[in-house]
Amino acid sequence: MLGRRESLGLANLTELLPAVPLVALFSLAFLLPLVMLVFVSLFRTPQFIAMGADQYIRFLSDAFNLQVLLDTLVLGVEVATLTLVLAYPLGLVYLAVGAFARSLITFLILLPLLTSTVVRTFAWIVILGREGIVNSAMLSLGLWDQPVRLLYSWGGLVIALAQIQLPLMALPVINSLLRVNPNLLKAAEGLGAARPRIFLTVLLPLTLPGAIAGWLLVFAAAVTAFITQTLVGGGRIILMPLYIYQQAMGVQDWPFSAALSLIFTVAVVGIVILVGTLSRRFMRGVDAA
Amino acid sequence: MQRSFADLAYAVLAGVLAAITMLLLLAPTAVVLVISFTGGITLKFPPPSWSIRWYRELLLSAEIIQPAITSLKVATLATLGAAILGTGGALAIARSRHRLARILDALFMSPMVLPAMAFGLSLLMVFNLVGIRLSIATLVLGHVVVCVPFVIRMVGASLQQLDPQLANCSLSLGASRWYTFRRITLPLIQRGIFASCFVAFLSSFDNVPVSLFLADARTEVLPIKLWAILEGSLDVRVAAVSGLIVITTLVGLVLAERLGGLNRQIEQR
Repeated sequence: MLGRRESLGLANLTELLPAVPLVALFSLAFLLPLVMLVFVSLFRTPQFIAMGADQYIRFLSDAFNLQVLLDTLVLGVEVATLTLVLAYPLGLVYLAVGAFARSLITFLILLPLLTSTVVRTFAWIVILGREGIVNSAMLSLGLWDQPVRLLYSWGGLVIALAQIQLPLMALPVINSLLRVNPNLLKAAEGLGAARPRIFLTVLLPLTLPGAIAGWLLVFAAAVTAFITQTLVGGGRIILMPLYIYQQAMGVQDWPFSAALSLIFTVAVVGIVILVGTLSRRFMRGVDAA
Repeated sequence: MQRSFADLAYAVLAGVLAAITMLLLLAPTAVVLVISFTGGITLKFPPPSWSIRWYRELLLSAEIIQPAITSLKVATLATLGAAILGTGGALAIARSRHRLARILDALFMSPMVLPAMAFGLSLLMVFNLVGIRLSIATLVLGHVVVCVPFVIRMVGASLQQLDPQLANCSLSLGASRWYTFRRITLPLIQRGIFASCFVAFLSSFDNVPVSLFLADARTEVLPIKLWAILEGSLDVRVAAVSGLIVITTLVGLVLAERLGGLNRQIEQR
């Protein structure tokens, strides 16, 4: 798309004709509902009588609401950062090995990506449960003398989500590692730099755009992962998706649940845009230096 | 001497972390397959004994089979809808220099960026306020919208690799636009369409945020049903369903690799 001349002529408009059915669908089933969501959030009560910003004031004036939002965003940051730490070593090994091992790693990455979320979450229930793998192993090794509660804990949730979203990070990181010019690495080596230094001063800066893209994908996926949050986190950890669901389907408070979804959407999309813009500005600075 | 020590430490650290990562990637799938053959009545790991009792039990569970059939139906229809409408959209914006094309691209991709729960909830509100009863059709409508971005991206990527001269030749030799699409463009982007269908089908079959609001008692879908079961109790039948899904996905992955070169498609993203 970049670098093309733009035109606004009517002659070129006929090219866009094949998109008309899709535009119709998106207007009715995507844009209209989103407008409706804003409209519904502006009613003062679930009885839809008078309009006002009450729902937003209600959200901001209760510390509980703000805590739920903050917890959800912190979860996203923790999960995305953990996947980043896991994805780089995998990418470095991918660079170092031959074709067969590479396709094996690709298969390992695609496997969870294509397995249903519920299935992957279920696997983590088996791993973290009271009679699960971790507890069985630690008990039989004599490291723990009684089962530890791993399921329904924050740490368990972060690790499970990191594994579930790992492919979203591994693919862009490996892609950008593959694009680094191998001559740069040889040059650094020839000049006497040790491997850790080559990683920190050559590989990492050059692959940062891919890593940030992956970080944002994982962040957005982790904060909205309703199934994993509710099953691995349990009912005691209340995060935005569960909160929206409870308000909409349980309490049937439509104006408040509409406001909650909008606030959540703005927060998530806002962070994605902010991190994206900041990193691009930062990267330009690196280039200039 | 110091340099080689740093290199060694680096290689060991990267190797160990990569091994952990690979184990993490593989473990859950392996665990699901193993636990689905447990002879016990809990999710105790390792299983106390082996059997296929939970698969047999599953065959007798209409309350799980019915949602599975609904899910397959919805995913098939949503994939078809998204593939047809999405390919049209991708064709229109791939070649166009119009400023509108970029706006449309952003619009068609936005279901991927927006938290899908907000979209699911908003669609439910529209149906309710307009007075449309929830049905398979309303569920499929929601799924088509969330599947469209995959088609736009993957078919768009195929179109980008296509030599525009081929279509121009056909047109200048007097073929109609439709004939050119059918005989020139479509065969060349076929693989991209197949691959995007595979991904769209999986994402619809696995969709939670939209189904959560748009599926009711009559149109219960599999992921929501499994979630509801696991919320209440740790039912081992879920292990058998999961085992089946894993095996089917593996077979599908091999088939898709043969048919459409999915591997390449995904690495391109």
